[in-house]
Amino acid sequence: MRLDADNIGLIVAAVGGLALLFGLPLVVELFTLLQFTVYIVMAILALSLALIWGFGGILCFGQAVFFGLGAYAYTIAVFNIGESTVPVLLSIVVPAAFAAALGYFMFYGRLSDVYMGVVTLVVTLIFFSFMNHTAGEEYRIGASRLGGFNGIPAIPPINMPGDPGRVLWPEEMYYVAMGSLTAIYIGLRLLLRSHFGRVIVAIRENETRAELLGYDVRLHKLLIFSIGGAIAGLAGCLFANWNAFVDPTVFGLGQTAQIIIWVIVGGLGTLIGPVIGAMLLQYITTWLGTVEVANSSLVMGAILVVFVLLVPRGLVPTLQLLWQKLRGGRSDPGIVATPREAVESGDD
Amino acid sequence: MDLVAVLALEVLFAIASLALISAGLAVIFGMMRVVNLAHGEFLMLGGYAAIIATNSGINIWISMLIVAPLVVAAIGVIVERLLIRFLYGRMVDTMLATWGLSLFFIGLVTTIFGNTTRGISSPLGGATVGDYKIGLYKLFIIGVTVVLLAAVYLVLRRTKLGLIARGTMQNANMASALGISPDKVYAITFAIGAGLSGLAGALLAPLTGIVPTIGIAYIAKSFITVIGGGAAILTGTISASTLFGTINQLVTFQSSPVFGEVALLVAAVILLRLLPQGITGRFFRRSM
Amino acid sequence: MTDAPVLQTYDLTMRFGGVVAVDHVDFALKEGELRCLIGPNGAGKSTFFKCLTGQLRPTEGRITVRDHDITGAQSHEIARLGIGIKTQVPNVFDGLTARENIWLAARRGRSARAADALTDETLERLLLTSVAATPVGQLAHGQRQWVELGVVLAREPWLILLDEPAAGMTHEEVERTAALIKEINRTATLIVVEHDMQFIKMIADVVTVFHQGAILVEDNVANVMRNPKVRDVYLGKQAA
Repeated sequence: MRLDADNIGLIVAAVGGLALLFGLPLVVELFTLLQFTVYIVMAILALSLALIWGFGGILCFGQAVFFGLGAYAYTIAVFNIGESTVPVLLSIVVPAAFAAALGYFMFYGRLSDVYMGVVTLVVTLIFFSFMNHTAGEEYRIGASRLGGFNGIPAIPPINMPGDPGRVLWPEEMYYVAMGSLTAIYIGLRLLLRSHFGRVIVAIRENETRAELLGYDVRLHKLLIFSIGGAIAGLAGCLFANWNAFVDPTVFGLGQTAQIIIWVIVGGLGTLIGPVIGAMLLQYITTWLGTVEVANSSLVMGAILVVFVLLVPRGLVPTLQLLWQKLRGGRSDPGIVATPREAVESGDD
Repeated sequence: MDLVAVLALEVLFAIASLALISAGLAVIFGMMRVVNLAHGEFLMLGGYAAIIATNSGINIWISMLIVAPLVVAAIGVIVERLLIRFLYGRMVDTMLATWGLSLFFIGLVTTIFGNTTRGISSPLGGATVGDYKIGLYKLFIIGVTVVLLAAVYLVLRRTKLGLIARGTMQNANMASALGISPDKVYAITFAIGAGLSGLAGALLAPLTGIVPTIGIAYIAKSFITVIGGGAAILTGTISASTLFGTINQLVTFQSSPVFGEVALLVAAVILLRLLPQGITGRFFRRSM
Repeated sequence: MTDAPVLQTYDLTMRFGGVVAVDHVDFALKEGELRCLIGPNGAGKSTFFKCLTGQLRPTEGRITVRDHDITGAQSHEIARLGIGIKTQVPNVFDGLTARENIWLAARRGRSARAADALTDETLERLLLTSVAATPVGQLAHGQRQWVELGVVLAREPWLILLDEPAAGMTHEEVERTAALIKEINRTATLIVVEHDMQFIKMIADVVTVFHQGAILVEDNVANVMRNPKVRDVYLGKQAA
C-alpha cells in the first residue's frame, strides 16, 4: 500500500518521542520535568478520546469515568497488594471492562449520538456523586478506605516490577509517562492503518455501508471504546502516581469537559492535535493559576465556544489546510477532514 | 399514618422539583431540538438574580417570581442571538458550544461573587403533621409547579405561539410554512425556556443556597427527565418527573439522599436503553 | 443450476402504524435470475427491499435465503451469507478514497494480498482506476454510484440486491451500468429495483410489478409492458 507519508509521520513521531524522552531531562530542571510529566499524562488521556471520538465517531462525554476508574483502581489495589505491577494492570483492565459493559449497553441498544452523549455524561455524574459520599469508615475495599470527598492521600508510587522496596523516582516517572505516550501514539497509528482500524474509520464514515459489507458495527465500536477506556485508565494510574493523591474530582464534570476541549482545540480526527491541545491548554491552565488574572473555567469555556464557532476543525487540521493552500499541494491521505459532520449525519 | 402523609408530601415535592427544574430545558429541547448544556447555569443565574434582588431590598416574592425569570430570559435572548442561532441543525456542535457557555458562566460568576455559598432564608415557616415537621415552602413549590404546568398547557393549547410550538414538535418546517419567521419563534422560545429555568433556580435557591457550581447538581437530573420523557414537552416532563421523583424519594427514604440520586440516574440510563425515544416515544404518543 | 428458489418470502408484511406498506407478499427468486421490481412511488417496493436487506424488520411473515431463515436478521448477518446490497441512497464512505472503499469490501474474509489484487481488478472493471486516489465525496454522482457497485462486487456475492442503481445518471452512464449488470448476471443472481423504464427495458427479463404493497403482475418484460393493469397504475403516467 502507498503509505509513504504515513510511514514518514511514524518515523518522525518515534524520533521526536525518543528525543524528548531522553533529551528533556538533560536540559530542564526537575521541577519543570515534573510539570511536564503531568502534561504528558493529560496528553495520553486526550489520545484516548481522540481515538474514540475522532476516529470511532463515538460521542463520549464520560471519558473522565475511565480516567477516574484507572486512578482509583490503581490506588485501591496498591494499598491492598503493596506491589505495583498488578495494580498498574488493573488500572488498565478495570476501565476497559467497564467501557465494554457500558459500550454493550449503548451500542447493542443502538442509542443515537446525542443520547450516547447524555448517557455517558450521566454515568460520569453517578460516579462523581457516589465517590463523593464514601467518606465514612464503612466504605472500604480491603485495606483501602475510599475517603469520599476527602480523597485518598499518600498513594504509594510505582515500583520496579517484583521489588516493592525500589520505587520509581520522579525523574523515572517522567520516563514512564513519556515512554507510554510515545508507545501509545505509535501503537494507535499502527492500529489505525490495520484492517481493524480502517473498518473503524469506515464505520465513522458510513455505518450502514460498513454493515452491508458484513462488518459487525456494534462489536467494532465496543472494541474501540474499550481500547479508549484502557488508555484513559492508564492515564488515570499515572496521574494518581504523579499526584500521590486522588479524589472524586477525577470523575468530575470539569475533568470530562477539559478532555473534550483538548480534543476540539487540537483537532478532531487527528492524533497529534489532541496531544498538542492537551499540553497547550494544561500549560495555560497552570499559568492562569499562577498569575490569577482570570478564572480558568471562564477562559476554558470561552475557548471552547470560540473554537466550535470559529475554528471547528481544530488547530492541527486548520494549520494543515493553510499549509496546503500556501504550497498548493494535495491533501494528506491520513487526515479525514470533518469527522464531526460525519458523526452528526447519524442524528435522527 | 402521619409518616405516610409526610412521605407522600416528600415524594410529591421530589416530583414537582424535577418538573420545575426540567421545564425550561424541555421547552428548548422539545421545540428547538437544542440540547442546552448551559441549562444548569441558567438555574444558577436565576438563583443569584433572586438573592441579589432580595438583598438589595426588593420583596422576596417579586425577586423570585418576576425579577429572576426576566433577568434570565434576557440572558437567554442574548445567548440565542450571539451563539445558538449559528448552530441550528448541528446538534453536537450546539452541545459543545453550550457546554463551553456553561463553563464560562461558572467562571464569570465565580470571578464576580466568589466561590462561596449564598442564601436567603426560606420564606413561610413550618407546620407539624403529628410528630413530623414539614416546610410550608415545599408545599408552595408544589403549588407553583402545578400552576406553571397548567400555564404551559394553556399556552400550548390556546395561543398562536402554542399552535406554532405544537406544529414545530411534529415538523420542524412548520413555522416557516405558517409564514412566521423561524428566527423570531426560536428567539422567543429560547427566552421562555431560559425564563422558566431562571424561575426554577430562584424558587429553589432558599432551599439549597447558591454557589457558582450549583448548575452541575441540576443538569443531569433535568436532562434525564427531559430525554427520558421524550418528544412531548408536557406529558413527557410530567411522566418522567413522576417516575424519577418517586424512585429518588423512596430510595432516599430507605437509605440516603446520595443513593436516591444514584438510583434516579441508574433508572434513567436503564429507561433510555429500554425506550430510546423516551416515555412519550412509546406511550401517550399523541399528547403534547 | 436447479429451479429451487434461492430467495423466498412468505406472507411478508410491513406495517408503519396504520399504514400497510407491504401486504402479505409471496415472492420467489430462482438462481441465475435477473429480476426487476418496479412500481409507482409508494408501491412498497423499497420497503420490501429494505425487509430483504435487514434494514427493516418485517411485521409478519418470513424470508428465506437458500436454507437460512433471515427474517429480522441484522444487515451484517445477511451480508455474510454472500449477499451484496446497494441501497437507494448512495451508501459509500465519502471521506475515504475510491480504492479504500473497495479495499474495505475486498478485505473482509481475505488476506491483505488477495484483497489488494481484487481491489485493482474491481477498479479496472468499473473504469475507476484513474480516480482511485480521490475521496469519494469529491466524485461525480455517476462515479459514486459505480464506486458503490464496486464495493458490492468486491465482496464477490452470489446474490446481489440493487436499489435504483441508475438513479441520476447520464444516458451514457445508464447504458454502461446496464451492460455491467448484464455482465454481473453471468455469475450472480440479481434483484434490481428501478424507476427508469428505459433502463428496465435494457436489462429486464422477468419483471415484478408492485402496487399498493402487493404484487400486481409478474411476467416477462414484454408482457408487462402490454398489460393494461400495469399501464393504469404506472406506465400510464410515465411511458408517454
